[in-house]
Amino acid sequence: MAEAARPTPVSDERVKQMSGMRRALIRPELGGIVGTIAVFAFFLIFAADSGMFNIQGVLNWSIVSAQFMIIAVGACLLMIAGEFDLSVGSMIGFAGMSIAILTVTLGWPVWLAILLTFVLCIAIGALNGYIVVRTGLPSFIVTLAFLFILRGFTIFLPQLIERKTIIGGVSDAAAGDPVAWLFGGKILNGLFVWLGDAGVIAVFERGNNKGQPVVDGIPLLIVWAVALVIFGHILLTRTRFGNWIFASGGDAQAARYVGVPVNRVKILMFMFSAFCATVFATCQVMEFGSAGADRGLLKEFEAIIAVVIGGALLTGGYGSVIGAALGALIFGVVQQGLFFAGVESSLFRVFLGVILLGAVVLNTYIRRLITGER
Amino acid sequence: MSDIILETRGLTKRYGGVHALEDANFTLRRGEHIAVVGDNGAGKSTFVRQITAVEQRTAGEVFFDGQAVNFAGPLEARESGIETVFQNLALADDLDVPSNLYLGREIIKFNLGPFSILDRKAMRVATQKALDTTAVRIPNLSNPIRNMSGGQRQCVAIARAAAFASKLIIMDEPTAALGVQETGQVENIIRGLKARGVPLILISHNLRQVFDLVDRIVVFRRGRIVASLRREETDGNDIVSYITGVKGGEGARA
Repeated sequence: MAEAARPTPVSDERVKQMSGMRRALIRPELGGIVGTIAVFAFFLIFAADSGMFNIQGVLNWSIVSAQFMIIAVGACLLMIAGEFDLSVGSMIGFAGMSIAILTVTLGWPVWLAILLTFVLCIAIGALNGYIVVRTGLPSFIVTLAFLFILRGFTIFLPQLIERKTIIGGVSDAAAGDPVAWLFGGKILNGLFVWLGDAGVIAVFERGNNKGQPVVDGIPLLIVWAVALVIFGHILLTRTRFGNWIFASGGDAQAARYVGVPVNRVKILMFMFSAFCATVFATCQVMEFGSAGADRGLLKEFEAIIAVVIGGALLTGGYGSVIGAALGALIFGVVQQGLFFAGVESSLFRVFLGVILLGAVVLNTYIRRLITGER
Repeated sequence: MSDIILETRGLTKRYGGVHALEDANFTLRRGEHIAVVGDNGAGKSTFVRQITAVEQRTAGEVFFDGQAVNFAGPLEARESGIETVFQNLALADDLDVPSNLYLGREIIKFNLGPFSILDRKAMRVATQKALDTTAVRIPNLSNPIRNMSGGQRQCVAIARAAAFASKLIIMDEPTAALGVQETGQVENIIRGLKARGVPLILISHNLRQVFDLVDRIVVFRRGRIVASLRREETDGNDIVSYITGVKGGEGARA
């Protein structure tokens, strides 16, 4: 019996220790970080005195960014698990319409309407996932079908029931409802009043709200976004389930061989994506007090763009929730920043396309340059 | 306690009209190392996939450790002590070495179901130990598997199986993609398993290796087991004639 050689782990002369700098650079979030810095630098230069960076301005683009973040977290985890969900935008419209019809037309309490809508939408997400894993069809096709199916119902149902495509009056029904507050309310009112009294932030000079601070609290929408990002990040990087998500998207067959329940992981991620879309929709309905048949249009692509800017690979198995959150932040800052800078707002999409291309090229190029990967 | 660790009776797998595996009767004793040889498409990998429950068999029975077993999936097979090195390695490219070693049975700090927090440090330490005992050298454990050479990946897969093997280890062409040095390393791991008394099923096309390493050679041909020979009572030419069908008709028993 040959004695197996047992060298003490010696350093291989072909392996160089990477510097901390290089390690930092090959993180998936690189494109997102560079993009965020670039975007903030740009607007600090061109829109610094436009009010973009006073308290109202910050809240303004924070809200928009938070909206993107909520759907980006769902899209990010799903994409790392190797699938897409193109039905997110239609799901937003559908969920909002479901809440409005249940409360306004049928007169249900808001909390019940929200609860039932969550159940319904998560079930549709599960159906999406079930069809994908059972048929083996690309999720691109399956969820594209649901994009049309859900949008169709969102337009058809309110016309059938109320003979209109926008249903309002949710605000009155939602007043005083604790679950509705969970999505449309604000927190830390006291802090902002105190800040206003202390002269740190501006207060209204005249009118009914005279003496009140111009910002009277942090919308729970932002709390949802931050909570979902933290939840997603911890789930992905610190838990057993996170490892399974990476493995399912990286090589589903390999994952199956070692006993990872790949199908369950994928279906759960479709459900999570639907959950995020419903959170978005509920916050939106509570904010506007109405639901419209065209809500959520193109949101699926905006979510995917945020995720890709954040460094995730479209092929799955690689990505970061923090990156996706940065992608969403870039989105929100650019969209609102162009408004503050007085640029024609239709140019938003042009900027967005350019940033997407830039971030992705940067992600790929620098990764290759530094590591020789891929 | 029986001397036999694994037995299959009439094991059969059909993919639609294709009879990939027909009536395989096979026994493996404790501590025994067996090689499974045969041409491409002879049913070797199919045979392994039925035992490890990656696929569900069409017919037949499997007895493992004295009991009739019906694993629902590969995880159950692993939990009862069967470790497998698959032909396509079953590694997740974007995870690092410890995560791959422990994929599906992660070490956790507290049990919160799917939200169990990983104990990365413990996994890292245990991984280093496992690699040390198998003399496999991986320079940087926290590198994703994607960046590693074929040999290194293979060594990770084999180290995983060797580290966890308790009752039976199955290797499907473990050295097919390896250079001379890595092949030697893998063969050393196999000898180490023999010394530890862990039974092994080795699928290989390399007859030199087979004769070097195992006690008994089982030949598959066209989905059937056509021969089962002790190493001392056969030679390379003999095995080749079974593989090509010169010798051995239907119905040979393992």
